[in-house]
Amino acid sequence: MADLLFHEVLIPVLLILAIMLPVVLTVAMFVYWERKVIGWMHVRMGPNKIGPLGLFQAFADVVKLLIKEVVIPTNANKFLFFLAPLLALIPALAAWAVVPFGQGLVLANVNAGVLYLLAMSSVGVYGIILAGWASNSRYALLGAMRSAAQVISYELAMGMSLVCVLVLAGSLNLTAIVDAQAGPKGIFDWFWLPLLPVFVIYWISGVAETNRAPFDVAEGESEIVAGFHVEYSGSAFAIFFLAEYANMILISFLAAVLFMGGWLSPFPVSWGWIGHGSILWLFAKAFIFSFFFLWFRATFPRYRYDQIMRLGWKVFIPITIVWVLVAGCMKYLGWVTIGG
Amino acid sequence: MSAQLLQLICFYAFAAVAGISALMVITLRNSVHAVLSLVLTFFSVACIWLLAQAEFLAIALIVVYVGAVMVLFLFVVMMLDINLERMREGFIKFLPVGIVVAAVMLVEMLALIGVRAMHVMTMGPDPAAAAGMSNTAWLGQALYTRFLLPFEIAALILTVGLIAAVVLTLRHKPLTRRQNPGDQVRVSNRDRVRVVKMAAERPQESES
Repeated sequence: MADLLFHEVLIPVLLILAIMLPVVLTVAMFVYWERKVIGWMHVRMGPNKIGPLGLFQAFADVVKLLIKEVVIPTNANKFLFFLAPLLALIPALAAWAVVPFGQGLVLANVNAGVLYLLAMSSVGVYGIILAGWASNSRYALLGAMRSAAQVISYELAMGMSLVCVLVLAGSLNLTAIVDAQAGPKGIFDWFWLPLLPVFVIYWISGVAETNRAPFDVAEGESEIVAGFHVEYSGSAFAIFFLAEYANMILISFLAAVLFMGGWLSPFPVSWGWIGHGSILWLFAKAFIFSFFFLWFRATFPRYRYDQIMRLGWKVFIPITIVWVLVAGCMKYLGWVTIGG
Repeated sequence: MSAQLLQLICFYAFAAVAGISALMVITLRNSVHAVLSLVLTFFSVACIWLLAQAEFLAIALIVVYVGAVMVLFLFVVMMLDINLERMREGFIKFLPVGIVVAAVMLVEMLALIGVRAMHVMTMGPDPAAAAGMSNTAWLGQALYTRFLLPFEIAALILTVGLIAAVVLTLRHKPLTRRQNPGDQVRVSNRDRVRVVKMAAERPQESES
């Protein structure tokens, strides 16, 4: 029994911690990086007072948020008000279970990994809806409605673009998907090339799924103050913040894993040590993708709500449906080589 | 032995949660809470299916029902302003009808269980495991080879339902002003601004 406890409980818990703690730390540093990058793009300094180069700014923010009072609005539904941030955070962290960091370096190497990711991202919307409803505030409810409608619409485009990846890779397992992208040509064997339109759609849908600029009408400061979390303060707000940023980093990692060869090296294997796959490649790719989130935010003005819906339903979904057929033809006619 | 025991404990725990939350769906007074307990019911049932190694069905249940159907349901319930007092008014009046319907359903279900029990079939070995592939892959191959026609018919029925819903709610109002994004993109400065050439004028002296 003790043996069972050790193998089935203690070791998984330690492994989960080994993923969770870096994710949370990365979120803290990513917030700092975001403020710094957007500052540079605005020709400002960004945070530079706390610690060397302002590096401890994120931790100062965390401490400030944790010691602030959590205000509960009158007539708010108390139970759901506190349940909502947790419902937003749990799927955002649970999705990391199936992300492969290297060959065999994955917490749960499940067969239906991509489906699991879709399930987790669709469950995350409950946190937003309940937060909006339980706050008993018009602004929060409006923000929740916008956000939920947007997430549901773009989930379809995202799901269809993942179908293209599945058709080519022939598996729902994320490790198998990365292995299917291995090949002698390095970067030109990855799925971004045969699936280029779908890759772009996946990435834009990912930005829309996480309610980030330019798709952040759910927050829309100028219209609805801050959307679904307008009534949240202190640590409850911090949890929403953590969930949103963990989701952004997750989308970046998934873009790297599904379209950009995961941990594989962009150089041909024949080039020696630089052509070998490594976890560092995955981190570098994910870092570049997460940088795009910040770049978009500093560059693009916010979409209007009806334009967001039009883009998702009338442009992206038809393109992905066509490209599923194209991917099927590619696979059937053998235009793409799968696996080295 | 102990792994099996753990599985059994998990099964009963999930089943208990599913049963209790299903009861809560019809007993809770707050309709949003009721919808959420329905979500919990779906979730626990998905966990039970996972225990039975039907991973595709379990995750599809979460994606489709928890992730999409119940979200829309929750929307509707949140938007409705349900007056509980008025809903309770007819309770005594309709109680006999309700009891009769419930009794008929109970008898029918018991009869169904009895008929099934009469010719019990022992389940064959898991076809996915026999074919040596994952549950999802086996399901996909079965759906697209052996059961292709029923599968396509189901897809057709769903598409027809979708189009019917769109057509039913589509109302052309003659006075609606609609945007054409193509025209909006193609617009040039000449359509919006007219530059007028005119001689310079001196403002008239006012009389006062």
